[in-house]
Amino acid sequence: MAQFILPIKSRVQKGKTFKAEGASSTNIKRFVIYRWNPDNDENPRLDTYEVDLDACGPMVLDAIIKIKDEIDPTLSFRRSCREGICGSCAMNIDGTNTLACTKAIEDIKGDVRIYPLPHMNVVKDLIPDMTHFYAQYASIKPWIRTQTPPPPDKERLQSVEDRAKLDGLYECILCACCSTSCPSYWWNGDRYLGPAILLQAQRWIVDSRDEATGERLDELEDPFKLYRCHTIMNCARTCPKDLNPGQAIAEIKKKMVLRK
Amino acid sequence: MSLRTPLSQARGLGSAKDGTHHWFVMRVSSIAMVPLMLWLIFSLGSLAGAGFEATSAWVANPLNTVLLILTVGALFHHAYLGLQVIIEDYVHGEGKKFASLIAMQFLMLLLAVTGIVAILRIAFGS
Repeated sequence: MAQFILPIKSRVQKGKTFKAEGASSTNIKRFVIYRWNPDNDENPRLDTYEVDLDACGPMVLDAIIKIKDEIDPTLSFRRSCREGICGSCAMNIDGTNTLACTKAIEDIKGDVRIYPLPHMNVVKDLIPDMTHFYAQYASIKPWIRTQTPPPPDKERLQSVEDRAKLDGLYECILCACCSTSCPSYWWNGDRYLGPAILLQAQRWIVDSRDEATGERLDELEDPFKLYRCHTIMNCARTCPKDLNPGQAIAEIKKKMVLRK
Repeated sequence: MSLRTPLSQARGLGSAKDGTHHWFVMRVSSIAMVPLMLWLIFSLGSLAGAGFEATSAWVANPLNTVLLILTVGALFHHAYLGLQVIIEDYVHGEGKKFASLIAMQFLMLLLAVTGIVAILRIAFGS
């Protein structure tokens, strides 16, 4: 059966509290952050950091960078662009998967609770192991597949209308917020491709320049790869780029019926 | 420990080239059940307190017999497809999954055939 209780070594315990001592401000916010270190044999724990918001940027990422710089350098997390385009800082903040760099601290009532993306193996602290997710992305062959050679003197052309079909798909940054919010992906992520990868698959299925639509559908037509989607729609609710993977998956299913 | 590459593990056994029929029939059976269930609820409501003879006569009416059999068929076929999805979602381990799928399929078939035979027995007055 699916596992509903955490194994003993994964149960989260109370951790340390880092007080904001000597802060002149009363504008203090508490950040409660999941910590786990593979180098010792300890259980994961929740450390609490008090941060002076008067001396901190507006986003959650600003706060955790400040924590790493000034309070606790052992805190580990991924970040790069700090403007919502790289997808590195995806984590579970205030109960929702989102990007730390575009999530405003002031939008969160009470303590800011931060966990790694749900149901992924944790490498350390807020860093999930994305190996399988990226391998699933590679498995759909996310590049243009054609038989016709490109025109010798110009690019492959695409009409304005056909280009518009990629809107709502090409913006995906593969942060994995959607896939790791999906119960189907939690229970069957070994075989189910998940919303992020299926949205990417749809991005190539609808691309007018691609000539392998049939092969792409062949590769997806599977009770587990595609049809584990039960339109729970957590994916669309959590997407930090406001995309709708559930709709993309529905479009794939419609194509499957159309070619029957 | 497996030394297979992540891509090899993600590809697994490849596509089963299946699932679309299941998905489509699930939707068709649910749409078919909307009128069938409304008809059944309305009919049973109007039969309330009608007594054994009147109810038997209602079942024996050819139109009602046909619609009752269709309802039972659509209901249990839909239930079979839905339970299959639930088992595939939550029962992990190939042996357990296979056994529960077969057991569930037999149970749904048993219930459907039982219902249909009961309807036919009343319809043909045996």
